[in-house]
Amino acid sequence: MGDEKDTRLPPAAGNGLIDRRTLLTGGAALGAAFCLPRAAPAQTPDPMRVAGSGFVTYGSPSVHEQRTIRYASSNPMAPGNGISYTPLHRLEGTIVPNGLHFERHHNGVPDIDPASHRLTIHGKVKRPLAFSVDALLRYPMQSRQCFVECGGNSNAGWNDEPLQTATSNIHGMVANSEWTGVPVAILLDEAGLDPAATWAVAEGRDAFALTMSVPVTKLLDDALIALYQNGERIRPENGYPMRLLLPGYEGVTQVKWLHRLQLTDQPAMARNETSRYTELQPDGTARQFTLEIEVKSLITSPSTGMVLDEHGLYEVKGLAWSGRGKIVRVEVSADGGKSWTDAALDGPVQAKCFTRFRLPWHWQGQPAVLKSRATDETGEVQPERDVLIAKRGKHGYFHYNAVVSYAVDEDGFISHVYG
Amino acid sequence: MSTARRASRQAGIALLLGVAMAACAAEERSASPNLGEPVDPQTLLALDRTVFPDGAGLPEGSGDVSAGETLFAQRCAHCHGAAGEGGSAPELAYAQMPLDSEWPDQTIGSYWPYATTVFDFLRRAMPMEAPGSLTDEETYHLTAYLLHLNGLHERGTPLTREAVIALRMPNRDGFRWVDVQKPPPEVDRATAPAGD
Repeated sequence: MGDEKDTRLPPAAGNGLIDRRTLLTGGAALGAAFCLPRAAPAQTPDPMRVAGSGFVTYGSPSVHEQRTIRYASSNPMAPGNGISYTPLHRLEGTIVPNGLHFERHHNGVPDIDPASHRLTIHGKVKRPLAFSVDALLRYPMQSRQCFVECGGNSNAGWNDEPLQTATSNIHGMVANSEWTGVPVAILLDEAGLDPAATWAVAEGRDAFALTMSVPVTKLLDDALIALYQNGERIRPENGYPMRLLLPGYEGVTQVKWLHRLQLTDQPAMARNETSRYTELQPDGTARQFTLEIEVKSLITSPSTGMVLDEHGLYEVKGLAWSGRGKIVRVEVSADGGKSWTDAALDGPVQAKCFTRFRLPWHWQGQPAVLKSRATDETGEVQPERDVLIAKRGKHGYFHYNAVVSYAVDEDGFISHVYG
Repeated sequence: MSTARRASRQAGIALLLGVAMAACAAEERSASPNLGEPVDPQTLLALDRTVFPDGAGLPEGSGDVSAGETLFAQRCAHCHGAAGEGGSAPELAYAQMPLDSEWPDQTIGSYWPYATTVFDFLRRAMPMEAPGSLTDEETYHLTAYLLHLNGLHERGTPLTREAVIALRMPNRDGFRWVDVQKPPPEVDRATAPAGD
C-alpha cells in the first residue's frame, strides 16, 4: 500500500489531511477508485483491431457513462412540476454539461418556436418595445461564467435526520455554465427607462406564466438576456429561446422562456415571492426578497454512498460558490471540525461562479468526519448547521447553506451526518 | 462591398467609436443596433396580466362564494382536496398552528400578505392542466371562496374589486425584505385604475 512512504507526506490538519501544495504523483495510491457497484466488463472487440464507428451530428456521452444522469422527481398529478438534480458527485471541473444542468419547472417545459417569440419591454419606459430573437442575436453580447442555484437547494438539510442519498440528490439544484447574451441595460436604454422605475416584473412564457419582481439596479448592473449556454443555444429546459440571467441571484428570479419585462415602481408580490421563496423565521416573520445566494461549499467526492476500497491517498474535492463575489478560501476538516486546513483552489477564481477545491487526504482506515467550509470576498464564512438553525430556525425551507459533513467508517463506507 | 465604400464605412465606425468613447457610460451602452419594434396598445393589454397589490391590473368584477365553491369542486378539488384541505397540492386554508410555533401552518389566510396575489396566481397558472383558462369572473368567484375558507370573506357578500384591494391580510406586515430596502410603512393604496 506504500503506507510507509505516504506517512512522510506533510500533515496539514488532523486525521490525515495533507498540505494542499503537495503534488500527488509517483506511486501514491491517489484516486484509488471509490468502489461503487461495477458492471461486468463487456466483451468488446479490441479497439485497435476493428474500424471505429462513423460520425454523429451531435455527440453523446460514452455508453459506459450512463449513470451520469439527472435524478428527477416530480408530482404525479402534475408531472411538469418538479425537480431534476445535477449529478455533481459524478462531475469534475466547474462547467456543468448542458444536458445535466438541474431543472426546476413549475408546470413543464414549453415548446417555443423562436420565430413566434418576442421579448416585450413595457411599463415605466418611454417607448414600449418588442425584440425578436433574430433582432437580439444582432446585439452586442457578453459572456460570463456563473452558477445558477435554486433557492430551495439543499432544503433536506433542515430535516431532523440526515438524508442518506447521493449528495447531489440533496445539493444538486445548482449548476455552473458559461452564459452568453445581451446586457439588459442596453435594451432598457433603448426603451428609455423612466427614473421612477425601481422594479421589473419578469414573466416566462410557460404554463405557469411564472412572474418574479427584480430590482432595476440589478438589471442595470450585470443582468443578461441569455441566448447561449456553454456555447450552444440555451436548451428548452433552461429557457429556450431566452432566459433572464441574474448572476448570483436565486434561480427562480432568472426567469426562463422570458417574454416580458414590465417596469414598475413596486414589486408584483407574485405567488413565488410571497407564498414561496420566502423564509419563515422562528419569531413568525419571514425573510422576503432574499435574492443573493450566500457563501456555500460542498465536498462532492468522497461523499455519501461512496466507499473507499483501499487505504492510501485520496483527493478530497468539491465546489464552492457565493452570489456575493469570489470565493477566497475553502477549508477542509477530516476530524469533524477540530482542525482545518486550506484546500487548493483551481483558478481562475471568478465571482459568482463555481470554484473547484482540492486537498490530498491520507486515509489509513481511521474513522473520519469530512467537512468543507467556504469564505467569500465579503468575509462571510459558511455557517455550521447548528449555527444556521439557531439563527433562522427550521422552517425557512429556502437558502440553506450550512457546512455539509460526511462520516467515513473503518470500512471506508461514507454516510451523511450532522455536526 | 467596394473598397471605397468599406473605407467610408470604416471611417464612419471610427467616428462613432470616438463619439462613444467621449460619451458617458450610459451613452456607451447605446452602441446598439436599435432593433426594438414599437408595440401597439392592444398587444400590450393582452400581454399584461400582472395584478399588483395596489390594484393595478385588477379588472372590474366581483366574486360570489357559492359560485366559487361550485367551481372549486369542478376545477381544483382533485388536487387541493374537496374543501381546500390539501392533496397532491398544498392546503389552502384551516391554519391552526401560528407562524411562530414549532409546526407553523402556512396557508393563504395565515401567510399570504396580499389578496391580489390570489387573483393574479389563479388567473395565470391554475388549474395546472388548463392554465390561463379561468375567466376574470371565475377567478373572482374562486378568490371569494378561498378567502371565505380562510375566514376573510363572508358568504353572501359580493367580493368586489375594491374589496380585494382593501382587504388587509392577517400577515401583511409579516415580511422583512433582505436584499432590497423596504419602502417606508405603506399607506394602503386603493386608487389605481382598473386594468384590462
